[in-house]
Amino acid sequence: MTGSIEIDVKGLDFYYAGNIHALKRINFPIYKNSVTALIGPSGCGKTTLLRCFNRMHDLYPNNRYEGEIIFQGTNVLSRDIDVIDLRSRIGMVFQKPTPFPMTIFDNIAYGLRLRGMRKRAELSETVERVLKRAAVWDEVKDKLNVSAYELSGGQQQRLCIARALAVKPEVLLFDEPTSALDPISTAKIEELAINLKKEITIIIVTHNMQQAARMSDWTGFMMLGELIEFGRTDKIFTNPSEKLTEEYITGRFG
Amino acid sequence: MSIFDDELRNLKEKILKMGLLVEAAIRDSIKALVERDSDLAREVIKKDHQINALDVEIDEECIRLIALRQPKAGDLRFITTAMKITTDLERMGDLAEDICERAIELNEEPTLKPYIDIPRMAEIAQGMLVDVLDAFVRKEPSIAYDVIKRDDEVDSLTVQVFNELLFFMIQDPKTVSRAVKITYIAKYLERIADHATNIAEMVVYMVEGKMIRHTAIS
Repeated sequence: MTGSIEIDVKGLDFYYAGNIHALKRINFPIYKNSVTALIGPSGCGKTTLLRCFNRMHDLYPNNRYEGEIIFQGTNVLSRDIDVIDLRSRIGMVFQKPTPFPMTIFDNIAYGLRLRGMRKRAELSETVERVLKRAAVWDEVKDKLNVSAYELSGGQQQRLCIARALAVKPEVLLFDEPTSALDPISTAKIEELAINLKKEITIIIVTHNMQQAARMSDWTGFMMLGELIEFGRTDKIFTNPSEKLTEEYITGRFG
Repeated sequence: MSIFDDELRNLKEKILKMGLLVEAAIRDSIKALVERDSDLAREVIKKDHQINALDVEIDEECIRLIALRQPKAGDLRFITTAMKITTDLERMGDLAEDICERAIELNEEPTLKPYIDIPRMAEIAQGMLVDVLDAFVRKEPSIAYDVIKRDDEVDSLTVQVFNELLFFMIQDPKTVSRAVKITYIAKYLERIADHATNIAEMVVYMVEGKMIRHTAIS
């Protein structure tokens, strides 16, 4: 299970504009081809941490990173990183599905065309392949030219995963990807993520501890901007080392 | 105090109640033997269903808590331990019943010899049970480790009883029937101590999250 390290977080501090110290001295590895869950009470910094991996904080001014996030030998926090390229290598799926206002086909083809893919046959083939990988092909194959907004929430979310997969990411970040979905859709997304880890590395932020337990190989528990405990998910959920972790996952606080 | 905490406390109390019933059954079974009181033996046998009923009740409660509360970490270890402990307690109750059956048979015949080692074994085994319940309630692994160590005393007394009875049987074949029954009782007590040891090992798991079953304790 302990494979090679895909991302190594080293002494990471993060400050929001106004010098709000949101992440404090975070150190932990993300293992390749595994699912890592980040859990913790609201405001603990888990989404803030997730958004560091592909520099989403750069979208707002005066946010500041310190420390390093080493992704395949390169510090993604360094100034000379091409963040657009980084975000295709480290893709993201959000809490609410975010389909583009266009057809199902174009939702996926859009990014491919931007990257220079022009041939209709190649586009069609890629669209089909990623929709299949995202386990949504059977449900949309007969209506690829209808608006993505006509899909259910669960289908939209899988479409977004397909869209992220189209640009061949090495890592996918999931920010509470099922919090707006019903249990059946949730189960589909969870199974999808577990299948995807054969090819990519997944980091998921979730408020649902059962989901973390079901999906992940590794779990990090965060509180007040600190990573309190990081370890194998089975260990965290049966015998955590830290009292704070125990109290949180058994519902004694938080 | 949450509803779940209340449920866990009720579960603990039920296990304790079951443990005390088992402890009383063991105590009375040996009393029935030593004091040749077959009525008491029959009473113990009659009351075993109370222990069995609690066994089922506790198991059902544990399954319910796992399904509805999704316990984790220490809570999960407590509930899974509870399920295993009741199995051991139930078996101990059955062994007390077995002792009573042999006691009733032995009480029909003349005394072979005064019982000396058997009550000693019973006392140690009972002490192990009382202490292991204490370790469980107080979540105190040091008491559990101490219980595990005492199992050796019971084991060596079992051998001692067997050797002594073997001598009787060789001397006089007319004693064989009674001696075999007393050997059985020694064996039952030895098994009771083993079950107390199992519980002690589970208590260590419950508190420390460490499986020490089938390993030598240093």
